[in-house]
Amino acid sequence: MRNNAAERTVEVIINGEPSKVEPGCSVAVAIALAGLPCRASITGQPRGPLCAMGICFECRATVNGVAHSRTCQLLCEPGMDIRTS
Amino acid sequence: MTHRFQTLVVGSGPAGIAAAVCAGERGARVGLIDDNPSPGGQIWRSRRGQEGPDASHDSEATRWRARLLNSAVTRLQGWSVFDQPLLRTLRAERNGEVADLRYENLILATGARERFLPFPGWTLPNVVGVGAIQAMVKSGLPVSGKRVVIAGSGPLLLAVAASLKAAGATVLCLCEQASLRQLAPFAFSLPATPGKIGEGLRYRLATLGVPFHTSSWPLEAGGDTQLRQVELSIHGKPRQLACDYLACGFHLLPNIELASLLGCGVTNGAAIVDEWQQSTVPGIFCAGETTGIGGLELSLVEGQIAGLAAAGQQDRARSLFARRNKLARFAARLAKAFALRPELQSLPGDSTLLCRCEDVPFGAVRRHRSWRSAKLHTRCGMGPCQGRICGAAAEFLLGWSADSVRPPILPALISSLAAPQAAHETSLEITEKA
Amino acid sequence: MKSTYDAVVLGAGIVGAACALECALGGMRVAVVDQDTVGGGATAAGMGHIVAMDDSEAQFALTSYSQSLWNALAPELPASVEYNRCGTIWVAADQEEMAEVHRKLDFYSARGIAAEVLDEAALGEAEPNLRRPLAGGLRVPLDAVMYPPCAAAYLLEKAHKQKSGVELMLGRTATWASQGRVILQDGAEIQSPIIINATGALAPALAPGIAVRKRKGHLIITDRYPGFLQHQLVELGYLKSAHSSDSDSVAFNVQPRQTGQILIGSSRQYDTEDSGVDRDIVASMIERAAMYMPQIASLSALRVWSGFRAATPDKLPLIGPTEDPSVFLATGHEGLGITTSLATGRLLADHLLRRPSAIALKPYLPSRFEGVAGDGSRMEMFHA
Repeated sequence: MRNNAAERTVEVIINGEPSKVEPGCSVAVAIALAGLPCRASITGQPRGPLCAMGICFECRATVNGVAHSRTCQLLCEPGMDIRTS
Repeated sequence: MTHRFQTLVVGSGPAGIAAAVCAGERGARVGLIDDNPSPGGQIWRSRRGQEGPDASHDSEATRWRARLLNSAVTRLQGWSVFDQPLLRTLRAERNGEVADLRYENLILATGARERFLPFPGWTLPNVVGVGAIQAMVKSGLPVSGKRVVIAGSGPLLLAVAASLKAAGATVLCLCEQASLRQLAPFAFSLPATPGKIGEGLRYRLATLGVPFHTSSWPLEAGGDTQLRQVELSIHGKPRQLACDYLACGFHLLPNIELASLLGCGVTNGAAIVDEWQQSTVPGIFCAGETTGIGGLELSLVEGQIAGLAAAGQQDRARSLFARRNKLARFAARLAKAFALRPELQSLPGDSTLLCRCEDVPFGAVRRHRSWRSAKLHTRCGMGPCQGRICGAAAEFLLGWSADSVRPPILPALISSLAAPQAAHETSLEITEKA
Repeated sequence: MKSTYDAVVLGAGIVGAACALECALGGMRVAVVDQDTVGGGATAAGMGHIVAMDDSEAQFALTSYSQSLWNALAPELPASVEYNRCGTIWVAADQEEMAEVHRKLDFYSARGIAAEVLDEAALGEAEPNLRRPLAGGLRVPLDAVMYPPCAAAYLLEKAHKQKSGVELMLGRTATWASQGRVILQDGAEIQSPIIINATGALAPALAPGIAVRKRKGHLIITDRYPGFLQHQLVELGYLKSAHSSDSDSVAFNVQPRQTGQILIGSSRQYDTEDSGVDRDIVASMIERAAMYMPQIASLSALRVWSGFRAATPDKLPLIGPTEDPSVFLATGHEGLGITTSLATGRLLADHLLRRPSAIALKPYLPSRFEGVAGDGSRMEMFHA
């Protein structure tokens, strides 16, 4: 994918707030950069990515309305709507 | 939608890329499928334009990637294989779409995952795997000025330490659980990066400038909503370090779920293959970490052998046997050196979570007689990771073997499970840019 | 090696556990034998739905009696059992099924079971993810759901706390059960004047010729979607499939779990010994579910599995004595084993201890099928 040279950052929306990240940034990292955990465990503990390769499912968040998306395997795209629990 | 291939390769890490390129050299229709957005797997995960200590095999990665892009291999990135509904037909999904993939030969290059062992506090955000932190850096995580403790076991620790240093992180120390005596035979020939026969351990440590401790492991990760400090056991003495990340992983485990689903024989958690990399199921080959952890060089050779064998190029495949066998022998000796110590079985307390998907404490699990009984009664292993994380830990901690594998081998959309059996036939060719 | 007990229960599923508990409460020294783990058979595979069924008087008597026993037990059930009185809604897709709703309302009301008719609007409010329009439904608020393997474990724990305790023999397979002797695969022998066969779909292996047949079912469980579903939802067509012919069938039947996961069922097949997942049946089951709840198609499925129910020719279980004076049956519960487990244990214990029962045992007696094969041929039905 070629990036427009003038477009240095990608803007996504995390829990309703806009967030600018570098192109090629994963959604999991974008969430971490926003200072947030990806999800709450079933007993309410904050959780972030563990394996970063799509196996552990700790990095799940709702992306563009799809719940339980593995954010470590998704690249940020302009306008992406990301919601953590 | 149905794709038809003469050879289908699952997994686009080094082994898969090599297999696909070789399988397709003489014009066979080859497909390469992987659930990540780009090819490269873990070790060749594309980075954000930074130079780094991976430069020594960057050229190799670049060459193979170029060979792949210039080939006629059909690349299917972002697709997750979850079932084999019919003989010689895999089913995969992506973004709510379903694709059936028909093959004559199949090459499984499904790679490996890290083994995580539980200890108090291991579920805190910013406690991550060793390969994981490297993957996150490549996916944009800034670590410049961040304090990182690396712990666990295996050659990967050293490689990642170097990688993090180059990215500007402050690597506070590296804790390898194996003893110095276990590692001594490799002091002069230990590969600094997995699979690469390069400089010895002592040289690499000297150039790294990171405190390196053997016979050491994490005792507890502490913090409120995220990691703040780690307590380590360093040669039997406890030491606390304030830090931002704990990268902790205990070796790699082959991803054999798909191989098991397809009936391939498995031993010691790895797929059984013959000299042609063919599994116990005719027409299904396995290459790379799927056949046993052996590192990058071995993965590349196995991938080439499998691809050539699948394409009927026996002579060229045979010419690579000697190199593969030598690398495999080295890998076996390496695995022995880093064997996990029994002290690690005492790390989790009763209240330490074993299953992170279902928040099941170790104490609840260890009361049971078998993995199946524990699953049924505590629900450990019943979450989305399907026991990949907790099952591996339970195997080490309690000696339990895993259950048989059922489809879907990864969570799949209900709509994907409802896709009709005799999928609509098309012979659409797609060459996607990753 | 021989050991002696007042009663031996074969099968540590929910029915066996209930029998063991009732026998222990009655003062008996009890052994429970299972080839694997507690609740590992149909107990693990099925939906934990506790439901009052109205398809016959005998079925109603057993299910409602047992439901009242569950209600009484509920306060002491541990959290792991996930007992939740969320209620059932029987969903009507058309006016013909709405007529059935009213018939059910009359039936339940006449027998003291609370039920309320929901019109189309009320149904949509009660379950927003059902497609619109449907015709309506019948809500039965006191039906409950729970997680059966932990319930079976709890019943056995409670049994073990009784005076004589319970000897739990797990991972041991019984190969012979007759004339006061149970012989295990490893050669051990257990003697008891009372042998209770509660081995579900495997019961004929130890009691050859009894009228039990395997009826395969499938279930899917999703990831967590809190708030997606509030009640157990069952289509009224369920009765047609559960109680009709022998052909393969699927029906819309979904359950909310405490974690927000959704259990999706159900399917019925005879004449297959294959325990593997049948993808065609699963696809049909999903299609049927999506007809009622279209959003189900976009949920993430974590696991798919199958199990075998123990089915009898007249849909009622086999509870009571056999021609062998030491052997008693507690099997053949088809899709109602969870619901009727407690009543099964109670009725059987009443019979063994010569106590009066709250309901008659007669409709469930194995003797009604004497001379009858598992497929119901040459059958004489004894209606309650």
